[in-house]
Amino acid sequence: MESFSPLSAAIGGSLIGLAAAVLWLGNGRIAGISGIFGQLLPPAQTVIWRLVFLVVLVAATFVAAKLLPGLGVGGNVPAKLVDAPPAWGVPSPIWLAIAGLLVGVGTKIGNGCTSGHGVCGLARLSLRSLVAVLVFFGVAIVTVTVTGIV
Amino acid sequence: MVVLKLPYLATAAVSGALFGAGLYVSQMVDPLKVLRFLDFTAIPSGGWDPSLAFVIVPAIVVMFIAVRIGKGRATPLFDTAFHEPEYKRIDGRLVGGAALFGIGWGMSGICPGPAISLIAFLPENLWIFLVALFVGSYAGSAIVPSGHARRLADAR
Repeated sequence: MESFSPLSAAIGGSLIGLAAAVLWLGNGRIAGISGIFGQLLPPAQTVIWRLVFLVVLVAATFVAAKLLPGLGVGGNVPAKLVDAPPAWGVPSPIWLAIAGLLVGVGTKIGNGCTSGHGVCGLARLSLRSLVAVLVFFGVAIVTVTVTGIV
Repeated sequence: MVVLKLPYLATAAVSGALFGAGLYVSQMVDPLKVLRFLDFTAIPSGGWDPSLAFVIVPAIVVMFIAVRIGKGRATPLFDTAFHEPEYKRIDGRLVGGAALFGIGWGMSGICPGPAISLIAFLPENLWIFLVALFVGSYAGSAIVPSGHARRLADAR
């Protein structure tokens, strides 16, 4: 439990909720990152706000890290990617490429990720999002167990 | 319907700023921290990190209040309509897509928000994940038909 950080988690979570609230009440848009990211190319018609959102998101992460250094797992900031589990004999770059492909395809087909279904969908009391959340959390927990990545 | 007024873009920027700050402060930008939540095998030994739950619950509560406020309004402040998700049906694509996402998430500890947020730190191999995410997302477009009308028709 040494890495458990409920206070920074709750503050950060509230900021994420506020981000979703601002986008919904201001522009009537769902703050789902896979949706925003996945509609940057034609035939999407409203590309500019998505680009603005994503660029500022990266900049804000950068600024927050400068202002508040030393948060995180054992001071593991800036965050590193996690290596592939050695027992599987798959080089980390290939492992990450497969993971990225699955996250990309899956969030597109399932129409949402942790933010779109998880935060916005559950807040909207969407049964569809509840099903998605239960499935992707369940499958991710099983995947971590099976791969032994942690 | 393409709204490019300054308040609209400023709202997107404020939202992105809050989101990026939230991902850093909550440390959900750190894949290892996310994986330590997903690792339920660590519960008996006391090594489990429940932080992710303490992130998502307040986020949902804040957004829930915003959705309630929105129900009392005909339109958002800077657009002509709330863009409700088009799909309503719980089907194989929803479950299958969520399952594929779950596998990728469990393999890496990276979901789309942190994937973008991590660009701020440029950790080794991030570009591989981002390119794959992009390719996967647009390959998925071939399976889920794109275009508002087709998706709507398909959803019913």
